Amino acid sequence: MNLIHFINVNKIYQAAETVSFQALKNINLSVQKGEFLAIIGASGSGKSTLINIIGLLDRPTSGSYNLEGQDTTNSNQDTLAKLRNQKIGFVFQNFNLLPRTSTLQNVALPLIYSGFSKKEREQKAQQMIAEVGLSEKLNSHPNQLSGGQQQRVAIARALVTNPEIILADEPTGNLDSKSGGEIVELFQKLNKTGKTIIMITHEDNIAKHAKKIIHIKDGEIVR
Amino acid sequence: MNFFETIKLSFTTILANRLRSFLTILGIVIGVTSVILLISLVSGLKSYITSQIQGLGSNLIFVIPGRIGGARSPGGVQANRLTLQDATNLKNKLSGEAEVSAVVQRNSTLKYANKTDKGASVFGVQANYPKLISIKMLEGRFFSISEDSAGRKIAVIGISVQNTLFPGQSIKGKKIDIAGSKYEVIGLFDKRGSIFGIDQDNSVFIPLSSAQRQFGIDKLNTIYISTMKSEDVKTIQSKTENILKKKLSEDEFTVQTQEQTLSTISQITGVLTIALGGIAAISLIVGGIGIMNIMLVSVTERTREIGLRKALGARNIDIRNQFLIEALTLSCLGGVIGIILGFLLSIIAGNFITTTVPFWSVALSFGFSMIVGVIFGVAPAIRAARLDPIQALRYE
Ligand SMILES: Nc1ncnc2c1ncn2[C@@H]1O[C@H](COP(=O)(O)OP(=O)(O)OP(=O)(O)O)[C@@H](O)[C@H]1O
Ligand SMILES: [Mg+2]
Repeated sequence: MNLIHFINVNKIYQAAETVSFQALKNINLSVQKGEFLAIIGASGSGKSTLINIIGLLDRPTSGSYNLEGQDTTNSNQDTLAKLRNQKIGFVFQNFNLLPRTSTLQNVALPLIYSGFSKKEREQKAQQMIAEVGLSEKLNSHPNQLSGGQQQRVAIARALVTNPEIILADEPTGNLDSKSGGEIVELFQKLNKTGKTIIMITHEDNIAKHAKKIIHIKDGEIVR
Repeated sequence: MNFFETIKLSFTTILANRLRSFLTILGIVIGVTSVILLISLVSGLKSYITSQIQGLGSNLIFVIPGRIGGARSPGGVQANRLTLQDATNLKNKLSGEAEVSAVVQRNSTLKYANKTDKGASVFGVQANYPKLISIKMLEGRFFSISEDSAGRKIAVIGISVQNTLFPGQSIKGKKIDIAGSKYEVIGLFDKRGSIFGIDQDNSVFIPLSSAQRQFGIDKLNTIYISTMKSEDVKTIQSKTENILKKKLSEDEFTVQTQEQTLSTISQITGVLTIALGGIAAISLIVGGIGIMNIMLVSVTERTREIGLRKALGARNIDIRNQFLIEALTLSCLGGVIGIILGFLLSIIAGNFITTTVPFWSVALSFGFSMIVGVIFGVAPAIRAARLDPIQALRYE
């Protein structure tokens, strides 16, 4: 069974009544469990649009999206929130950590919405922080961390609910090549433990670490 | 996240913007402070007057000229037609059942040596007055029936009069000037306090007949009736009414029991409470608008945070509760600070006048600030909950 299955997915942005833009055109895509997929394409080609739909943050205009064999196209907002919480971990280009909030609390954040007690949340968060090698930065705030460290906090946060899928939209985009390389290595390590990883990038030398690369151009998968 | 953790989170957010939060809750603080303070003043006033009226004596019935609670005649205030004859008539008809005592009252200037006491109350009373109204003598004595009927120029004074005219001196041998005539001081009575801001101790009792002659008055200000048995108060009241009705028309007098007077006072203070409370409530509403305003700003400022929380799995209801509880925390914080301030101010005011903070006013103002928090917090919270996750995450 496909973990992620897109059938004829289209996304049309309606900016104004007469102005619309088709960002995704007839996307058919299957991702298996345990894959490490890189999506590569020029700026404006529709990569973020695609990954936001995969991450259930956005809905396709038409077509259908099955996650673990279950159609999500007509699910209500609460169901989508629950799926985002339990099945998906997000990593953003700009890290998106809460300011003035410690590493520990940032990583524990998604667990609030899974209904864990404070003790369980902090325990799980500490474990994940150790896994990304930031145990000594437990109480640091984001503005006290380097970009690479911030992104590792964000990855720990994405992992803390133990989701099936990690989605990363240009996770190395704001990092120098050294810390960028470290982040991709971390993804490779996670992929070896069985996580499915979908990563957007426009750098070939980042993409080459993935097991599979798809190219997107003007809203279409070209190869 | 449970309720208490959300409250804790709210406090963190509130403390992160200390000054702004303080200014936001100021409206609520002022509103609650004034509710607590004003209500404490009114209920203090009420309990003070109540104790004063109860302290007057027991089983009392007051007869006063004119109609209380009835419609006024087109000419305005009724002319006073209550005379000593009515009092004597009552005394005869009620003898054995009740003690009856007539009172006239004038304000006058008292003089002793080169000292003057302006605006003292001069009461012309009968010798049995102390039997009805509790008066404790500090020095000397009250006057007798024969002294009253003889119209002697003698006076029993209060301590404020003593303090003004001859402070620290004994009343022995003192002759004071009341409205141009010399009166011999024969007694000094103990402190009685004040009612409605009128110092009861800045007063003088002189025989009724002397007062009538001195001031040229034949109309009475009050007739006090005290029943022998407390269970008789109601029957004596209606008897009194029937006796007076033979000579006077119904709107020329009022017969009120002590209890009725107390309930009249509670009515007056009740109206005062509602009026003052209403004014304070308006400032609470203004405070609520302040909270709503700042919550709307906060939702806009934290759009990305909301988007992030949603991406991480927050449902709309989680976001809504977070913002609603934050508004509620703000307004309750304002409520608590207001209650403490109001309490302190009423303790300070208690140095000058009686104040009491009734529990209901604390409960009411806290409840009201909570309601204000919910009402004015709901719209911003719903706005936050409805944000689209993608648009919120991309918000600049
Ligand atoms: N909310 C929107 N309304 C209208 N058009 C949009 C909206 N979001 C994206 N677009 C358009 O859709 C196209 C695809 O955008 P998307 O963000 O998916 O590109 P991308 O491949 O992620 O680009 P980049 O590499 O620069 O991040 C772009 O042309 C963009 O202008
Ligand atoms: Mg993008």
